[in-house]
Amino acid sequence: MSDIVLKTENLGISFGGLKAVDNVNIEIKRKQLYGLVGPNGAGKTTVFNLLTGVYQPTTGCFYLNGEKLTGKTQEQINHKGIARTFQNIRLFNNMSVIRNVMVGLHNQPEFKCNPFVSLFRLPRHFKTEKAMREKAKEILRIFDLEDERNNLACNLPYGKQRKLEIARALATNPKLLLLDEPAAGMNPYETEDLMKIIRHIRDEFDLTILLIEHDMKFVSGLCDEITVLNFGTVLAQGKTEEALNNPEVIKAYIGE
Amino acid sequence: MSTIFDGLSLGAIYALIALGYTMVYGIAKMLNFAHGDIIMVGAYAILTTLAAGGHIGLALVVAVVTCVIFGIVIEKVAYKPLRGASPLAVLITAIGVSYFLQSIAQIIFGAKAQTVTVATFGTVSIGTAEISISSIITLIVGAVIMAGLTLFVKNTRTGRAMLAVSEDRGAAQLMGINVNRIIMITFAIGSALAACASIFYLMQIPSTEPTLGSMPGIKAFTAAVIGGIGSIPGAMIGGVLLGVIEKICLSIPVLAPYTTAVEFAMLILILLVRPIGLLGKKRREKV
Repeated sequence: MSDIVLKTENLGISFGGLKAVDNVNIEIKRKQLYGLVGPNGAGKTTVFNLLTGVYQPTTGCFYLNGEKLTGKTQEQINHKGIARTFQNIRLFNNMSVIRNVMVGLHNQPEFKCNPFVSLFRLPRHFKTEKAMREKAKEILRIFDLEDERNNLACNLPYGKQRKLEIARALATNPKLLLLDEPAAGMNPYETEDLMKIIRHIRDEFDLTILLIEHDMKFVSGLCDEITVLNFGTVLAQGKTEEALNNPEVIKAYIGE
Repeated sequence: MSTIFDGLSLGAIYALIALGYTMVYGIAKMLNFAHGDIIMVGAYAILTTLAAGGHIGLALVVAVVTCVIFGIVIEKVAYKPLRGASPLAVLITAIGVSYFLQSIAQIIFGAKAQTVTVATFGTVSIGTAEISISSIITLIVGAVIMAGLTLFVKNTRTGRAMLAVSEDRGAAQLMGINVNRIIMITFAIGSALAACASIFYLMQIPSTEPTLGSMPGIKAFTAAVIGGIGSIPGAMIGGVLLGVIEKICLSIPVLAPYTTAVEFAMLILILLVRPIGLLGKKRREKV
């Protein structure tokens, strides 16, 4: 089996005449922490939207572990093993913390439960509910959110909401996790903590992680390879330090 | 006393129907104006089963199954192809489905009202009040169904998925939830509740006609809006409130002819003070 988890081939999308993402080729190896950086509006989140089926690419395609996922729906892509978080947090705000994670567990085969079984509250219903609750607690523990489990998601402080989003995505049992600005709005202490958590879940769950981030310390601290996007095209690619020191990249960020 | 009791049981009927409106609105983001006519479908299913010599229990089962099938088929045929279309198109389609169901019923069963004797219960006297047993049954069974639904939505895998879809369909989809399936289940549950409502309705007014569903449908929709459309406890409270007010108005001779006017005036008043309904959720607009 090849070691490449995600491979994109000439991935691109146009909105009207505007090429929002054009000709992006990325290869990410198993258990790699890979960064996607670039100035605002470079098309980073659009790449995430392409990889999760929110948009269908106008050119090119992408593969997860060699399987072509282009053209599949959002939920199919999630079943195949790609989960994500959102730049503007999109938790289920009026649900408790633990229920958010349990929604993530929805499709895990071991928790499948026929609605009729639940409706008549048969013993199997309580067994799966309990197992689900335990599993959700276990995931929350990793993010140090177990004590918050009965609070409403919208009442969590910002940093914890970001962590809960990762927990919810992790609950869908992905092979590839896409994190959209996971450290945005966090203080330096929280950022440090988040880096540890990301490394931990990578090892614990055998994950491959692609992340978008503006905090370059965060990126160089975590990612060994990055792709730099600008105006939808790849500006530089490769080892983090080299790519960040590429004159083109410096020009794109701070101008001439 | 007996007025309050009758009001509560009528309220339970409205609440059961209102739940169908509110759940479909919350999850599929559409107003299913054909929902009232599902009650009519249930009533004719009961009529047919009883006429064929079936037991009342069997009639209820037949009504639930028929209504669920109608609900699912209507959603698949009429609404699913319009997912993502403008809300106005879906609304017009729903009104079309409503007339379609009424016309079909008229062709099959004729336009004349037919008597359906579900069961004749007497009354019991509690203190000085005479309370009809059918009201008591309606109230108790209605309360049990609503409690069951609340538990189902809060504490089951499917229920949580329904809540998630109603909060953020896109995010729910990206968490791997099959939105079409959840919408289908919602229609099935709503229709099953409407079938239960139809049998209770026939216990109070033992007659059915093709337009049977219109008025309770509109009243229940009003109840859902009063309670805050999209909110499940809101629909229950709105339904009960409307039922009690209706029965109180009917018991006061001066007000009785204006009962419906009073109910809709109440809707207007509540919406003036709280445009989102009693338990509706504020939509946060991002600037």
